[in-house]
Amino acid sequence: MSLAIPKHLENAPILYLDGVSVSFDGFKALNNLSLCIEPGEMRAIIGPNGAGKTTMMDVITGKTRPDTGTVLFNHKELNELDLTQYDEAEVANLGVGRKFQKPSVIETLTVFENLELAQKGGRGVWQALMHTLTNEKKQKIQNTLELIALQDKAQDLAANLSHGQKQWLEIGMLISQEPELLLIDEPAAGMTDEETMKTAELFKTLAKNHSLVVVEHDMDFIAALDCKVTVLNEGSVLAEGSLASVQKNQQVIDVYLGR
Amino acid sequence: MSTLHNTSENPKALKLGPIGTLLMGDKGGQRLIMALIAVAIIFPFCNLVFSEGSFLHVSTYTLTLTGKYLCYALLALSVDLIWGYCGILSLGHGAFFALGGYAMGMYLMRQIGDRGVYGNAELPDFMVFLDWKELPWYWFGFDQFWFASIMVLVVPGILAFVFGWLAFRSRVTGVYLSIITQALTYALMLAFFRNDMGFGGNNGLTDFKDILGFDLQSNTTRCALFIASALAVILGYLISRFITTSKLGRVLVSIRDAEMRTRFLGYKVEYYKLFVFVVSAMMAGVAGALYVPQVGIINPGEFTPIYSIEIIIWVAIGGRGTLFGAVIGAIAVNYAKTYFTGAFAELWLFMLGGLFVMATLYLPKGIVGFIEDAKQGNGTSNRFYLLFKNTPFSKWFSKQSSKGSV
Ligand SMILES: Nc1ncnc2c1ncn2[C@@H]1O[C@H](COP(=O)(O)OP(=O)(O)O)[C@@H](O)[C@H]1O
Ligand SMILES: [Mg+2]
Repeated sequence: MSLAIPKHLENAPILYLDGVSVSFDGFKALNNLSLCIEPGEMRAIIGPNGAGKTTMMDVITGKTRPDTGTVLFNHKELNELDLTQYDEAEVANLGVGRKFQKPSVIETLTVFENLELAQKGGRGVWQALMHTLTNEKKQKIQNTLELIALQDKAQDLAANLSHGQKQWLEIGMLISQEPELLLIDEPAAGMTDEETMKTAELFKTLAKNHSLVVVEHDMDFIAALDCKVTVLNEGSVLAEGSLASVQKNQQVIDVYLGR
Repeated sequence: MSTLHNTSENPKALKLGPIGTLLMGDKGGQRLIMALIAVAIIFPFCNLVFSEGSFLHVSTYTLTLTGKYLCYALLALSVDLIWGYCGILSLGHGAFFALGGYAMGMYLMRQIGDRGVYGNAELPDFMVFLDWKELPWYWFGFDQFWFASIMVLVVPGILAFVFGWLAFRSRVTGVYLSIITQALTYALMLAFFRNDMGFGGNNGLTDFKDILGFDLQSNTTRCALFIASALAVILGYLISRFITTSKLGRVLVSIRDAEMRTRFLGYKVEYYKLFVFVVSAMMAGVAGALYVPQVGIINPGEFTPIYSIEIIIWVAIGGRGTLFGAVIGAIAVNYAKTYFTGAFAELWLFMLGGLFVMATLYLPKGIVGFIEDAKQGNGTSNRFYLLFKNTPFSKWFSKQSSKGSV
């Protein structure tokens, strides 16, 4: 409780990383990283390859245990849960959704089935065995299909989608999980310019009732998101602020933007 | 009837009943079950009704042999459930089969009573021979059929649970998992070879007399066991089908193809694996329990690691991840085995290896996948099919050959 964010504060951050370090065979992928995301905030994370962006998401989602530091998660009923104490599935069920750098949908299932699996609730073995798709759930999946423009592909195997469509399906799966906090790793990779801009629009819509952390290299995309930017380098925060301000930062230009 | 239609959400499902719904759109499964029912009626009928000289007579030998293969089919089903649908390549499933067999064997042993060589009403012969004075505690209850039947499920189930709990929670997967399953069956084999284990050592359990009071040598008992085996395969198929067509089945597929992703969707992968592994082990146990009274013996040889690998070959040849392919594979390979080990025994292992390599290279989806691809005329992905491309034979495999889709 020593790290307590005072509960009486109205806007306790939804996510609070404090002094997180991770090393792989002596190499420090995250080095005393601290980061604070407000509820309802959208945050863009940029930084050179190997800066530790993906590792940061691994730590938040329970895939990698940090050597030191805490990751606190707050929302509504849940207060100051240290996410480092939970495994991947538990973190997901607490309300943290994640999209991977590589599109990872279940290729041997149909688009519809992918969304069905992602749909919130029924994670227990028995519940899954006895699961029936109510009309309400079907309608929800239908709505998601429309949102990600895949309604014509509902019965196609996910393997047969284009790269961009897979990215969208994965975003649709993320939405179906109804998380509070979304962690999105390089969503625009492999998308056309048009798809990229559509994705930015979608995220801005999502930001109205979710908190989002978006990792991306595409500066036009970041600009379209129009949100606070954090620059990571060598496992810690190099700069933070508006896109315009970090773009002027000499250190940022040196390690990242200038190259 | 019309009121039914009005009140039900899905009148079609209602009319078909639960089994019909399970098999909806499952042509292979429908045919398989039809065939099993037919065999379960015709074989015993022809065995009991037509006399030995008759053209229509099915010999007790053939009946028992086929009954044995039906047990193998159930075993193959259990392996396909975990390997085909959840990617768990167990190379130790023979252990669960053997344990189910031993549980049944213990019952059959106690049924012998004082008709053994030593005439001891309480102790099986091998215990008298070892100069044991009383029945070990773990033999208690096995004089009751109901108790033995429960143990047929419970013993493999508990072993699978403990093993799976340790392995899946520590996230042992792939080759490592396969190797420790081999170690499991090997360790059990060594243990069961020991006389002081109390399971008859290397002789195992044998010389059975009757089951539920019916003589095991009589044709009618043989027929009943045969029918029970066919019904067990049908039931096993329906259970597997129920699991794989549920949302749980799609979670399993998702674990098979993208385990990490499944975790991030909020599914506790280890629990799902544990569930299906335990169900599968119980199915294997039932297969073993039906096998033992038909072959008349169970010994530690059943734990031999190579047997567990053979099961994988049956499933691969039949078609992994289809359920009915596993049944076809088990029966086809074992008929071939019986024929070839009769004709040229020493070559069989090479043939089996060859078959496996052929299946992997040319029939990646097994017999079942090959037939399906060929029917849909999309055999282009199938290298065996390519052998026949642009020959008159290609017509055999294609429904829409006139459209020239290939
Ligand atoms: N499991 C791992 N084992 C060893 N090194 C790793 C592992 N994961 C990441 N790294 C290393 O940590 C550094 C940070 O990687 P990553 O977080 O993927 O960077 P980014 O996503 O910012 O490009 C890289 O140098 C990478 O090679
Ligand atoms: Mg990365």
